[in-house]
Amino acid sequence: MEPKPRILTILDGVTLILLAVATWMVLFYAPTEATMGPVQRVFYFHVAAGWVGMLSFLAAAVAGIIYLSTKSRNWDTVSLAAVEVGVVFIFITIISGSIWARPIWNTWWTWDPRLTTATVMQLIYLAYLMLRQGIEDPDRRARFGAVYTILGFVSVPLTFFSARLLRTIHPIVIATGDPSGEGTFNMTPPMLQAFMFSLLTFSFIFITLFWHRIRLGKLSDRIEQLKLMTIN
Amino acid sequence: MNQPQAAIPRITRPKNSFVYLRAIGAVVWKDLAAELRSRELISAMLVFALLVILIFNFALELDIEARATVTAGVLWVTFAFAGTLGLNRSMAIEKDRGCLDGLLLAPVDRSAIYFGKMFANLVFMILVEMIVVPIYSMLYNVNLFIPGLLVVILLGSIGYVAVGTLLVTMSVQARTRDILLPILLFPVVLPVFLAAVKASANFLQGIEMAEIWPWLNLLIVYDVIFIAIAFMVFDYVVEE
Repeated sequence: MEPKPRILTILDGVTLILLAVATWMVLFYAPTEATMGPVQRVFYFHVAAGWVGMLSFLAAAVAGIIYLSTKSRNWDTVSLAAVEVGVVFIFITIISGSIWARPIWNTWWTWDPRLTTATVMQLIYLAYLMLRQGIEDPDRRARFGAVYTILGFVSVPLTFFSARLLRTIHPIVIATGDPSGEGTFNMTPPMLQAFMFSLLTFSFIFITLFWHRIRLGKLSDRIEQLKLMTIN
Repeated sequence: MNQPQAAIPRITRPKNSFVYLRAIGAVVWKDLAAELRSRELISAMLVFALLVILIFNFALELDIEARATVTAGVLWVTFAFAGTLGLNRSMAIEKDRGCLDGLLLAPVDRSAIYFGKMFANLVFMILVEMIVVPIYSMLYNVNLFIPGLLVVILLGSIGYVAVGTLLVTMSVQARTRDILLPILLFPVVLPVFLAAVKASANFLQGIEMAEIWPWLNLLIVYDVIFIAIAFMVFDYVVEE
């Protein structure tokens, strides 16, 4: 059994420090937004978690494609790890968004395209986990999982696009904003710094968790093999 | 099943598009013939669809004002539910009696089997819709025979069946088969629904074509995208 790699241990430490610094920046370094007040500080981790969630699902689909072409079980482990990490981060995004929306939009939830898309995305990847649970044969499980991640990843942008044609009130802070979204604001330099730092931090958290999860997956594969060996 | 005899020895790789089409036709014909003899699938879908409409009638109090706004939604929910029933059944038959293995042994391209099953499912769905739409029109006194609406129903059904056939092939091979299909299918096929419901509602409310075109275009694009993906990955779903 391979021991925990040295780099991963270092990465754990770096990530923890980054998270502490990012929390400090978000809470103290960045100025309070004039109209929305302290609740605007949710924004930094909200967007960062959303970004990481999307990244995970992209990684899952790419790993799925690689699995289908190479048939190497490792890529299935990677794909599953990415989905699990992604589900957690999108959940954080949805919860933090709700906390912000309550005072700003005066509701916990609204069927805005981005909110709809995030929910559907969450449901797709929960379905993915259920699909995997229902199949015993590991090869078949891997193949079906890969197919579903690809299908899901194509469907999500389409849902966003359709829903967007209906209506939107979600603020667009990044990209050249049209200011029509309710709760849009302009970032001052310290805000931008805190925001960028949050993105960096969450990317690090993502890499660390992802790595741990892949390692865990490989270990559980190994256990499965050992079990089979003892039975035979 | 009765495959056309002449086609079998020649095809190993269907270079010839005619042979490919014949393989698709054979699968469709097999499904239709089996259905014609048992009439299990269509009758179940149909009765279920009518029950769903009945339930909506009580749940939503479909009075005249409500009808104008919710008809499109009620119709599509009905089609979706009846659709999962049909999809599940059509694939469960293949799986239970080992027909799927037989189909896969046939020396034709696997995608021909996919398209065959897809067309057969599409035919079942359209048959049900052809009965549900007039009944709905009659019961609620809404004119649903608008050519545009019928086109939307066709396009929406194509998208639904394209994804559904792929996913049901996966779900019947899982332990939790019947429950799994709607869970897998609905979130993925949502963009098709959004566009279909919106386009249908616009047709029903008599909104001008310029506003409906974006939705129709979207529906066509989604159909093409989903069929293309299913075509590419179907091999991996039936591979043993």
